[in-house]
Amino acid sequence: MNLTLKIWRQKNAKDKGQMVTYPITGIEGDMSFLEMLDILNNQLITNGDDPVAFDHDCREGICGMCSLYINGEAHGPDRLVTTCQLHMRKFKDGDTIYIEPFRAKAFPVIKDLVVDRSSFDRIQHSGGFISVNTSGNTQDANSIPISKTAADEAMDAATCIGCGACVASCKNSSAMLFVSAKVSQYALLPQGQVEATDRVLNMVKQMDEEGFGNCTNTGACEVECPKGISLENIARMNREYLSASLKG
Amino acid sequence: MSGILNSSIARKFAMALSAFFLMFFLLQHFAINVTSIFSADVFNELSHFMGTNPLVQYALQPVLIFGVIFHFVMGFILEIKNKNARTVKYAKNNGAANSSWMSRNMIWSGLVILAFIGLHFYDFWFPEINTKFIQGDWSGMHDGNFRYFHELQEKFVNPVRVGLYVLSFIFLALHLLHGFNSAFQSVGANNKYTKGLKTFGKLYAILIPLGFIVIALFHHFNHNH
Repeated sequence: MNLTLKIWRQKNAKDKGQMVTYPITGIEGDMSFLEMLDILNNQLITNGDDPVAFDHDCREGICGMCSLYINGEAHGPDRLVTTCQLHMRKFKDGDTIYIEPFRAKAFPVIKDLVVDRSSFDRIQHSGGFISVNTSGNTQDANSIPISKTAADEAMDAATCIGCGACVASCKNSSAMLFVSAKVSQYALLPQGQVEATDRVLNMVKQMDEEGFGNCTNTGACEVECPKGISLENIARMNREYLSASLKG
Repeated sequence: MSGILNSSIARKFAMALSAFFLMFFLLQHFAINVTSIFSADVFNELSHFMGTNPLVQYALQPVLIFGVIFHFVMGFILEIKNKNARTVKYAKNNGAANSSWMSRNMIWSGLVILAFIGLHFYDFWFPEINTKFIQGDWSGMHDGNFRYFHELQEKFVNPVRVGLYVLSFIFLALHLLHGFNSAFQSVGANNKYTKGLKTFGKLYAILIPLGFIVIALFHHFNHNH
């Protein structure tokens, strides 16, 4: 199929940037979206132009590196997939495809479609961990009774790959789905209780300091999340935060 | 407690609490107004009680005004903060693919409601304050009869005003269709009751504004002139 791509080009973090139009031909439906961009970049390099910079790593939907806001949606029009899992069969011959970086003040553009998501790392560092005795007397995790429901919900929360689609999709650039998934995966398990109070207070504080917006419960994050992280996690984080605030 | 007073979640929680209060007030306001369809006397009695009871006038009324102002001011603050969280807009954004129009436009439905409250205050609240606190007339009487029902009907003679009221209540319904359940989510209520609550919230969001529309239309078409 033949397509028209409208891609955000920005030389560096200080450049103003603009949308640039590129026609592309000979795209097969079985190609992944990133393979289509690889072909475009081959053409650009052949012509002596600067290739389009975009993030990618595993290309199998688990690393969270690929981003891209495609035709007005994070990771494109498909559901429960990352951009690397998006196939060109989702588009039609003659389509115009808008490709933009994830937009948020807390995700500044580094170049073209690559954004700096280290704000997520700083949030995680502020409390997204548990303390485990590693001196040789570590308790076997299987010896701690955990209900099936709690284990399942914690596992569901832990599937968050931190890609930032929630922030990109939210009209407020809120990071609450990401932070709530990280808070929930520990809050649901006994191992997470030791730091529970500090964790949620510190992670929310860091989230606010990074400049993310406020959640207004539109639910866009849940719909666009490639891992199907539920809004229930945000409700849980709200409860955890209120409880932690009252404790001090 | 310091953390709860200054964070994104605290602001969410505060918005939700003021929303609960306003939704309860709306229900109470509707319960009194709807009596005007069935009995002018009952409406007059209830209006006189609400208009002259010291607890209502000096305790609940200031709390209500504070609640309304707080909800609007906090709404504007959140809107500005949220706009600042994305300084460069998308060239193409398909919000309809993942969220409802109501959820994305709370600020606009809220602004229509704010404008309506201005009109409503001009119509009813300011004259009440003038009569009671400036004129000093707490009798609730006019020409030997209770004045409330008569004043209500007078206001709904003008079709333009009725039209504005109907339009405002449609926007109120749109605001509530997202706001009702959003408030519960904000205070952390997302559990096995959520599905039922969502249905109840939709019914509340449609039936209460619809009821107010019916009351306005009823008096427009049934005024005694």
